[in-house]
Order: sequence, then structure tokens, then C-alpha cells
Amino acid sequence: MTTHAQSLAVSSQRKGFLHWLWTWITTVDHKKIAILYLFGGGLFFLIGGIEALLIRIQLAVPNNHFLVGSEYNQVMTMHGTTMIFLAAMPLIFAMMNAVIPLQIGARDVAFPFVNALGFWLFFLGGIVLNTSWFFGGAPAGGWTAYTPLATEYLGSGMDFYILGLQLSGAGTLMGAINFLVTIINMRAPGMTFMRMPLFCWTSLVTSALILFAFPPLTVGLFFEFFDHIFHANFFNTANGGNGIIWEHIFWIFGHPEVYILVLPAFGIISEVVATFSKKRLFGYSSMVFATVLIGFLSFMVWVHHMFTVGLGPVANAVFAIATMTIAVPTGIKIFNWLFTMWGGQIHFTTANLFAIGFIPTFVMGGVTGVMLAVPPADAQYHDSYFVVAHFHYVILGGVVFGLLAGVFYWWPKMFGRMLNETLGKITFWFFFLGFHLTFFPQHFLGLMGMPRRYFTYLPGEHFELGNMLSSIGAFGMAVGVIVLLINIVVTTAKGKRAKGDAWGIGRTLEWSIASPAPEYNFAQTPLVKGIDAFWKEKMAGNKKMTPAEPLGDVHMPSPTVIPFLMSLSLTLASFGFIFAANQAGKPHTGGLITAAIGIGLMLLLMLIHSIKDDHGFHIHKEEIMRIEKEAE
Amino acid sequence: MALTSKDQVAEYVAKQRRRQELLHYLVTFASMIVFTVLAFIAVALRKDINDYLIAFFIVTMAVVQVAFQLYYFMHMKEKDHGFPALFIYGGALVVFVTVLAFVTMIWI
Ligand code: HEM
Ligand SMILES: [Cu+2]
Repeated sequence: MTTHAQSLAVSSQRKGFLHWLWTWITTVDHKKIAILYLFGGGLFFLIGGIEALLIRIQLAVPNNHFLVGSEYNQVMTMHGTTMIFLAAMPLIFAMMNAVIPLQIGARDVAFPFVNALGFWLFFLGGIVLNTSWFFGGAPAGGWTAYTPLATEYLGSGMDFYILGLQLSGAGTLMGAINFLVTIINMRAPGMTFMRMPLFCWTSLVTSALILFAFPPLTVGLFFEFFDHIFHANFFNTANGGNGIIWEHIFWIFGHPEVYILVLPAFGIISEVVATFSKKRLFGYSSMVFATVLIGFLSFMVWVHHMFTVGLGPVANAVFAIATMTIAVPTGIKIFNWLFTMWGGQIHFTTANLFAIGFIPTFVMGGVTGVMLAVPPADAQYHDSYFVVAHFHYVILGGVVFGLLAGVFYWWPKMFGRMLNETLGKITFWFFFLGFHLTFFPQHFLGLMGMPRRYFTYLPGEHFELGNMLSSIGAFGMAVGVIVLLINIVVTTAKGKRAKGDAWGIGRTLEWSIASPAPEYNFAQTPLVKGIDAFWKEKMAGNKKMTPAEPLGDVHMPSPTVIPFLMSLSLTLASFGFIFAANQAGKPHTGGLITAAIGIGLMLLLMLIHSIKDDHGFHIHKEEIMRIEKEAE
Repeated sequence: MALTSKDQVAEYVAKQRRRQELLHYLVTFASMIVFTVLAFIAVALRKDINDYLIAFFIVTMAVVQVAFQLYYFMHMKEKDHGFPALFIYGGALVVFVTVLAFVTMIWI
């Protein structure tokens, strides 16, 4: 055994808390980064969930004084911002990191360093945003931060919004570039594009959408940044600026963003439904086509968020029709899932329950979407609880159901232990029924005229029943989440160990290797002979994939702390700018100096990273053979 | 000189290709300079030519130069550049449609 393999073996034993922390901070292994994303995103999901409960407590009864005025606005804003940017996005990256290299038969991602940097930027960006609670109050302008309200009237909370999102947005962009290159360049021999599992396809399109949609957000946030910190006038009407431009910029980013979120969920559903129906996915190529088409169309519809701005009848009509066309490829997908289940041997595992629950729920969200896409009708629906119901049906009933299906499905692959199915089903039923109880009545509240983003309503307006039901449902969902947490703790302590092919009916490459996957993923790169490569081999009577290469040493990137330090220095810069902001006049010099130090450190770290040679290390053949034997 | 062995042929071909390449570089470089000069001349003649025509001319020159830059200097004309091309054209299309929407039908 060589020295390196020895140090590797030693490092896998626990040498105290600090050492454990150090391995996580310096890791560049996509499987570990997946776990980091899962827990980072999970943490913010819990925080956002608690904020949601606070909102529902306030709205449970009329004229409530639990959370009023600016406090309500802060909690409501932080709930939306946290859920979209700090919970849904990273949880999607958790799934992508955990699964994509395994599904395409790769040993690693294309840019492990960038991948780690992406995670730390997201995580510290989330921390920056949440520290606002302790420094003069959180942002209160809604997750859309419309100007000039957000830039001129809301005080220091918005600085945290701008800089926190700038940081985590940069992280997201890096993650997307990494996955684009990984999927395009690192597929195993024989894994052509049209043989990729659908989750890889949807992630590829999502990454491309991020590549094109996040730069507008970055630019828009910079405009708000200059307006707020250096008193520029991009959105200041009094000085010749224009606040509507922010709305355009935000939604040019924002509509693609909702598809960025939901496409990977479509991918997960496609994998789960096919596996647990024991059938090939119906209409694979039409699924690919629909995914690409949705991705393309999602850039052509942003004005549907602005029908009531008064952009004129031509613009409204054209964008209404463009929006409605998105329902066509979405419909194709729904039918393909139904036909996949048709005549299949359906296994009602928790993962599959979430996938099946997803289908009618998402259809309802799509139907209200098409209703909202009719401009004259939208004049009634806009900014009412009807819109709230719509986007929770697509985001919670779509994205979060998909993510939960993915978590239950791939948990064994990520951690080597099965989650408990009984507890899982309790989670599903509480979550599913709680969800519909919460959001179904909101359609009617909206139609009856209850406006969105108001902190209370009066008795006798007929809003009491719907709001009470809604609040009860929210607590139902909370019970589901708590049962999930218990499930995780209990099975981590003494759960059933997962086999490589954890469900026994796995179809794709990730199930052909041990659970959890060894550090090098594939001892030998597999040779892919068709769609559902592993299933094909199993049908041919083989237990393992046909290898495409002889067994040899595997090259690995070495761990590094630089991504973490880079993120820390940018965090320092962010805090510098936040404390430089001065509503009354010139920015404070102390803050600007701090920001300059942060940026200087970042440049220094970039320099160090580019001149330091790092050749990585090898895991030797003997070591691999030993690990593979142990796994059997 | 007679080309006897295979190696010699390969060497000869490679050399010719390099010369060709160099020629391409020089020609594109020269034409880019010419385009730039033409753009300046167009602006200098502002009194005599319609403004929109000048703007159109300059933008066209710019687009051609970007294409030269991408294809000749950044090797997009060579093999295996399909994906960069796809993403560049995809991005350009999305931006084009967005700008088109703004200039044709949206009141800001
Ligand atoms: C058939 C597909 C869809 C259509 C036709 C559609 C249509 C619309 C329309 C017209 C609005 C604006 C309502 C208003 O503010 O008056 C809207 C809002 C929204 N939609 Fe959709 N939508 C669709 C799918 C989705 C999906 C898949 C997601 C997310 C995964 C989503 C997330 C949202 C969000 C977050 C908002 C509210 C934004 C806000 O103002 O805060 N939609 N949708
Ligand atoms: Cu939209």
C-alpha cells in the first residue's frame, strides 16, 4: 500500500470533530458536495417552513395581532426568497450532484473545484441574507424586490437581499456551468445523448437556462446595488430613472427561473415513475423534445407577470399566446407519465407516491396558469390569493413533491441506508393532504378578492373559513416534515443497509455500483449499450455492467480549502458593502475599505489557485480491488 | 523535391496547412482593420450620409468583425466546436427576440 492510500484510509477514520469538519470544508467530491447541498438546502427549507407557519398563524383568524406591519412583510419576503433561492435551488443541485455523474458513467464532474466554490457561495450567500434579522431587520419588499419601493423606501434589509442573492446567484451560475460541461463531455462510451436518463436531459436544459437567465438577475441586482449604496438613479423616477425596467429584468430572469426549478423535478418524476412501473419511460424522445421546447419558450413569456402594468394590448396578447403554448409540451409530459404507468407493475413506494401525487397536483397548477395567462381575466386574479394558489401548486406540488420523490428514491444511493417506508408513507399522506388543504381554499379566497401580501383581513369578509382551513393544512405539512426528520435520524442510527441495486428494479447506471458509491464511482468505466443501460445488462443475464476499459489506477482531484476561503472573502466584501450603505448620504468609508479588503483577498486567492500546481492523486488498482471486494 | 515516404507527405501537408492558416489570420486581421477604418470614415462623412444608414453600416461591420473573431481567431470554424456554437447562437437568438419584443411592442 502506498503512502497516499494509507493516508486516505486513515482520513476516513474519525480523528475528532475538527478533522471531520476539515474534510467537509475541503471536499471536492461531488457525492460529498451533494450531501452538503442537501443539508444546506434542507436547513433553509426548515427556516423557510417556520416562516410559513408564522404567516399562517397570523392569517388563521381575522384581525390578528401576532405578526403585523413591517414584521409580517419581512417574514413573508424572507419566506419566498429563502424557499426559491436557498431551498429549492440547492436541493436541485443536491440531486444533480448526487446522481448525474453516476447516471452518465463518469468518475467525477468536469470542474470539481468550481463545484465546491458554487456550494460555498450559495451557502454563505444564504447566511448573509439571514443575518439581516440581527442587523436592523430583514428585507421587506417581497421576493420580487420591485423598485422604487425596494431601493428607496425599505432601509437596510434590502442590502442583505441584494448582496446575499448576488453571492448565492454566482454560486448557482458556477454549478450550472459545471453540469453543462460534465453532461456534454464526460459521458461513458456508448452513452449517446439519446440514451441519457431523462433526469440528465432535464438537468442539461436547466443548466442552460441558468446560464442564460442568471446574468439578467446579476445585472439587475447590480443596478439595485448602485441605486441603494451609491445613490445611482437606474430606478429612481424623480431623477430620470425607470422602475418598470426592474420588473422586466426581474421577470426575464424570473420566468425561466420557475422552469429551472421544475424541469429537474420533471426529470426525477420520469425516473421514479419508470422504475416503479417496471417499464421503460413512454415516449422518451418526445419527452426530450418537450423539455428542450419548454426551455426555449420559457424565455418568451416574461410579460405574463406584468399584464397589469399597462404595456399595451399588442404586448399582452402576444405574450398571452406565447404563455399558453407552454401548456402543450407540458401536456405531452403528463400523458407520457400516465402511459408509462399504464399496464406497468406499479410499486407504491414512498418515492412513487410522491411522483404519482405530483401528476394531478401539477396539472391543477398548470390549469390555473393557463387561466392566469388570459390578460382580461388576469386583471381580476393578479395580486390576489389566486396567484398564490397557482404558484404553490406548481412549486410545492411540482418542485417539492419531485424533490421529495428524489430524496426517497436516491437516499439509499447517497447514504447506503434505506429510509423507513412506513414513516415515509406517513410523511407522504400528511404532506399531500396538508398541501391540498392549505392551498386549495386559497383559489377561492383569491376569487373572492383577498389580496396577496396583506397581513390581515376583517371579520365578516367571508375569508374566515378558507384561511382557517389553510392554516390547519400548513400544520399538517409540518407534521409530515417532522416525521421525515425522525425517519432520517432513526434510519441513520439503525436503518437497513442498502444493496447496490437498492430497489431491486433499478434501470440506470447509478444502481450498478455499490451504495453509497465508492469515491471513484466506477472501478471500470461502463460500456453503455442502450437506454436504461443497467436494466439491459440485467435482462441479458449479467449482474454488472460490461466494462469499457481494463482495471487501472484512478486519478482523483485533491481536496482544497481555497473555494471555502474564496467564498469567505466575498462574504467579507458583501458585509463591507452592506455596512457602507448610508441612506442619508455618502457611503461609509469603513465599510468600503472592508469591501476592498474582501475583494483583494479574493483576487489573491485566485492568483494562488492559478499558480499553484495541483496534480491530484491516484487511487491504486489494489486499493480499488479491495474496496470492490468489500462492497460485495 | 520528390515526396517519397509517407512521413514526408504528412509533413508537407501539415506545412501547407500552417501556411494557409497564417494567411487566413493575416487576411482577416487586415480586413478587420479596414472595416474599422471604414466605420470611422462613415462617421466622418456624417454631413452627407443619412444617420440611420451610418448606424446600419457600423453595426454590420461590427457583426462581421465578431464573426471573424469567433471563427478565425477563436477557432470556431474548426471541428468539435458545435456546442460552443450552439450556445452562442442560442443565447444570441434569445437576446434578439427579447430586444425585438422591446423595440416593437412594449411600452416601457
Ligand atoms: C402551464 C404553465 C404555466 C402558466 C401558463 C403560468 C402562468 C402564470 C401567470 C400568467 C402568472 C402571473 C399571475 C399574476 O401575477 O397575475 C404566473 C405566476 C407565477 N407562476 Fe406560473 N405558469 C405556469 C407554470 C408555472 C410553473 C411550472 C411554475 C414554477 C415551477 C410557476 C411559478 C409561478 C410563480 C412563482 C408565479 C408568481 C410570481 C409572483 O408574482 O411572485 N408557474 N404564472
Ligand atoms: Cu411566469
